Amino acid sequence: MSEKIATREAYGKALVELGEQNKNVVVLDADLAGATMTKFFKAAHPDRFFDCGIAEANMMNIGAGLSTMGLIPFCSTFAMFGAGRAYEQIRNSIAYPKFNVKICCSHAGVSVGEDGGSHQSIEDIGLMRLIPGMTVIVPADANEARKATFALAEFQGPAYMRLARLATPVFEEDYPFEIGKANVLREGKDVAVFACGLMVNEALEAAKLLSAEGIEISVINVHTIKPIDAACVTEYAQKCGNVVTVEEHSVIGGLGDAVADVLMGKVCCKFRKIGVNDQFGQSGKAADVLREYGLTADQIAARIKEAL
Amino acid sequence: MNTAELSRVCRQVRRDIINMTANAGSGHPGGSLSAVELMVSTFYNHMRVDPKNPKAEDRDRFVLSKGHAAPCYYAVLAELGFISRDEFKNFRQLNSILQGHPDCKKVPGVDASTGSLGQGCSIAVGMALGAKVQGKDTKVFTLLGDGECQEGQIWEALMSAAHYKLDNLTVLVDNNGLQIDGSNDEVTSLGDLAAKLRAFGFDLHEIDGHDLDAVEAALSAPTTAGKPKAILAHTVKGKGVSFMENQVGWHGKAPNEEQRQQALKELED
Repeated sequence: MSEKIATREAYGKALVELGEQNKNVVVLDADLAGATMTKFFKAAHPDRFFDCGIAEANMMNIGAGLSTMGLIPFCSTFAMFGAGRAYEQIRNSIAYPKFNVKICCSHAGVSVGEDGGSHQSIEDIGLMRLIPGMTVIVPADANEARKATFALAEFQGPAYMRLARLATPVFEEDYPFEIGKANVLREGKDVAVFACGLMVNEALEAAKLLSAEGIEISVINVHTIKPIDAACVTEYAQKCGNVVTVEEHSVIGGLGDAVADVLMGKVCCKFRKIGVNDQFGQSGKAADVLREYGLTADQIAARIKEAL
Repeated sequence: MNTAELSRVCRQVRRDIINMTANAGSGHPGGSLSAVELMVSTFYNHMRVDPKNPKAEDRDRFVLSKGHAAPCYYAVLAELGFISRDEFKNFRQLNSILQGHPDCKKVPGVDASTGSLGQGCSIAVGMALGAKVQGKDTKVFTLLGDGECQEGQIWEALMSAAHYKLDNLTVLVDNNGLQIDGSNDEVTSLGDLAAKLRAFGFDLHEIDGHDLDAVEAALSAPTTAGKPKAILAHTVKGKGVSFMENQVGWHGKAPNEEQRQQALKELED
């Protein structure tokens, strides 16, 4: 592992390049440009940046209107205020008409840290994957966030991307990114661990701890929660016979449920979901909060051992 | 089109509204009938649209933010030739392009799916802003209900329209004074809407929304550079059908056969 970069920062910087390549890209924010990192685009392409103020519902629907003119709007705010507050605007005015709007929300999950439970969205993946036809992407590191940003601009249709506040390690190994195609980062016969976002790195670290004890796990980066890579999920569940999902999200409605939906009635295997257990987050240093909710590598390794 | 011709179209649209809702056995006749002159005048005399090429890139845009006035919208689109009148019988039926509220994926000439109140105005702002970004001369019109103005998002949208200096945007408010649970004043008073629209930075035209000359004049009035236009149209819910006029109960109720016949008789040319 090398340097640490937050996925939100990679997103913000990728937007600048994207804006240079594609003049149809426009970026909207709701008074959080400094935090979502759209500030880089604002500085580089001020004529195509619109700060909608603290009015997320309006921002989403302005995005909808811009898309009908052939522009490609990227709407950014925190996950709580995008997927949460503006849920119905996204549902009815973006997804229902299948408009080409990219909703890219930072500060998702409990790793937000100090701001506390009011600002830690642990429901956004669930809310967004509930919507018919919505694509849901959760990049695992800065490289993937960058690639996903470019992929979203090419992709036609509504999409949600979940980004993190916390700077986390950038994977040394580079691998291709394709929407809807999961990446197997580690092969192991004992357990298939499906993870997304910041939990991919924690799962890889957990794999090292377990390997030292003779337990070999597969780690699959499910960066696209919807449409999920059903073939990959099925293959590894069958191969290992034991599935664990790990996400920085409620265990209700997120990656765990998406994986379960694929396997239910098809594959006979053990199954365990690791995530936030139907409770709100709280303030604290990000590392402390992640530990409080059992989302660190050693805690994940211990839970995987229980699953054996 | 002169006002005599527009007036004839308006009567036809009103008959279509009655027939569509009566056939469906549901729908929103009251708020459709109050919006007729506003929509007919806008579409016939103030928008650059081509029924043969509904997705033409240089078209002007209309967003029916009060999406429940769909019967009025569909009737106008049929009069203009965007859709066939044969579709009317399928209004609100399974597999119809004419959904209870407008669906832009299904109906030629509809540019935004609306019905969930408070959202259309923001979409129109996005369209007008998009035209500015692209240097296009597209004009954007949106029609709001007065009850809809209780939605906070309307005021977010109006604020942004002024902020972005959208002088290519016209916001029409169908001020019929009634909503589902009673009059606006009984439910939650909108206060001085005219003063509020002015305070939000709009060039305001306050008119009788059934007086075609007044509607035409307001729509034709030159815009002030950098300012969006608002037309506060005082209207009568259920306009044109005596027993529906100013009756709260006709917001979302269809006429029965006897009522349909009576209404059509009143709306004869």
